Amino acid sequence: MTEKVLMKGNEAFAEAAMRGGCRFYFGYPITPQSEIPEYMSRELPKRGGCFVQAESELGAINMTYGAGAAGGCVFISSSSPGIALMQEGLSFMASAEVPAVILNVSRCGPGIGGIQPGQADYFQATRGGGNGDYHIPVFAPYNMQEAVNLIYEAPSLAYKWRTPVIILADGMMGQMMEPVALPPEKPALEAKDIASQADWAITGYDDRGGPQNRRVVKSLRLQPEALEEHVEHLFARYAKAAPEFTRYEAIGLEDAEIVFVAYGTIARLTLEVMDMLAEQGIKAGLIRPISLWPFPEEAFDKIGPATKVVISAELSKGQLLDDVKRAVCGRFPVELIYRTGGIIPTSLEVTEKAKAILEGLQ
Amino acid sequence: MIQKLFFAGSGGQGVILMGQMIAYASMYENKEVTFLPSYGPEMRGGTANCTVVVSDKPVSCPLVYEADVVVAMNLPSMTRFESLVKPGGMLFYNSSLIPQKPTRTDIQTIPVPANDIAMEMGNSRAANMVMLGAVAHGSGVAGDEALDKILAKVFSGKKAALLDLNRKAFHAYSAQ
Repeated sequence: MTEKVLMKGNEAFAEAAMRGGCRFYFGYPITPQSEIPEYMSRELPKRGGCFVQAESELGAINMTYGAGAAGGCVFISSSSPGIALMQEGLSFMASAEVPAVILNVSRCGPGIGGIQPGQADYFQATRGGGNGDYHIPVFAPYNMQEAVNLIYEAPSLAYKWRTPVIILADGMMGQMMEPVALPPEKPALEAKDIASQADWAITGYDDRGGPQNRRVVKSLRLQPEALEEHVEHLFARYAKAAPEFTRYEAIGLEDAEIVFVAYGTIARLTLEVMDMLAEQGIKAGLIRPISLWPFPEEAFDKIGPATKVVISAELSKGQLLDDVKRAVCGRFPVELIYRTGGIIPTSLEVTEKAKAILEGLQ
Repeated sequence: MIQKLFFAGSGGQGVILMGQMIAYASMYENKEVTFLPSYGPEMRGGTANCTVVVSDKPVSCPLVYEADVVVAMNLPSMTRFESLVKPGGMLFYNSSLIPQKPTRTDIQTIPVPANDIAMEMGNSRAANMVMLGAVAHGSGVAGDEALDKILAKVFSGKKAALLDLNRKAFHAYSAQ
């Protein structure tokens, strides 16, 4: 067992990315994640990596596109409105099948919004803010250790499936400190090995016998038939990758009168709510999606006949609710408990609201 | 056993450091812990506060709506967060800077003249360590051995010369 260290979330995220093999970071500071570029600027060069403070988030995502197309292992981070600026690049990268790991330490919106934690980027992350038929796998950790583990694992998944991977955290997770066991350092992919390890990466054709063996990374396909074929190819890969990306935790679904669905920070709070309800004789369970896309619909098949209501608990105005309704598919009533604008409800508030919902059904 | 602590004061009073040191010490004692600072458009002289949860079991929620212990380093903090103390809980307040008494009667209120004690020792900036000692000894949240390790860690390198003063400050309230 690795010894635990007490670390600020943002610093632990950056450390995990480097230990997972990332050697390129391009970023522009934004609260509440500016400790990440700060940490990267100090630590990445020590590992032979490359840190660039970009002129904007547009610069950062397009540097990511470029370095990723050349086979570099890229990790970048920003927060909600910064991630919004990156959507064009993400759509291009999804189409061009360029891997990278993108961390959103989210705040609240819309617009510039505020800097307190929120989950209102659920649609942005899961529905894709860029144009076209594409998806990006999204992981949403609920505590520091899970965040570190997912960020550490994400680069290899991104490479294996040739896709950007989004990690959706929030300002509270970025700012808080918690003991964490850091995983061991993975060897980084060296420049000389990229051409053989990634048979798509643009590395120059000199070693491959000339321009007839050149590699092409692109998102432009003007022939409708070619583009349709490409989209089908992307979606066939999503289907193949889905079992590896689909993750969730289901707690106490048997005999649960209330089943909460919650991810990230509010999932953590919901665990306390479940204890408080139990003290009052109400049994509650939790489906905690760890992957938001693909959404773990199979978890909802485990909800038992004792359940009277499924409640989406979120820090957004009914965004997760959409997927919950789709997954429940009419089998149970679905209700919403939320706060937005950067407010995190107390566990007492959620408990009272859940009780009121339950009483309203009877 | 779960203890929820809340530290509040003005920026520069060292409230974040107090919370971090309790969190570190508790981790050394193999407890589960979370430390959550307030963050916002803040500046020197503005408000600063943080929440520390110490538990034998994994901490489900790092936020508190009622705290076992509230530490107020200045008057605005006490006015604002006195209500956060749960009935029977403890309120430590910096009586050097807070002239009035708390209004609650269902909690233990502990006046700690943190700045006065630190000033007598020659450095009012050690007021937070005076308060930290009072809180640690009064609430039993973390032991002296673990906290002393953290003191040595915080006051090392360029700050090593300050270790003795801060150690004394840490024990000053209990020694009275």
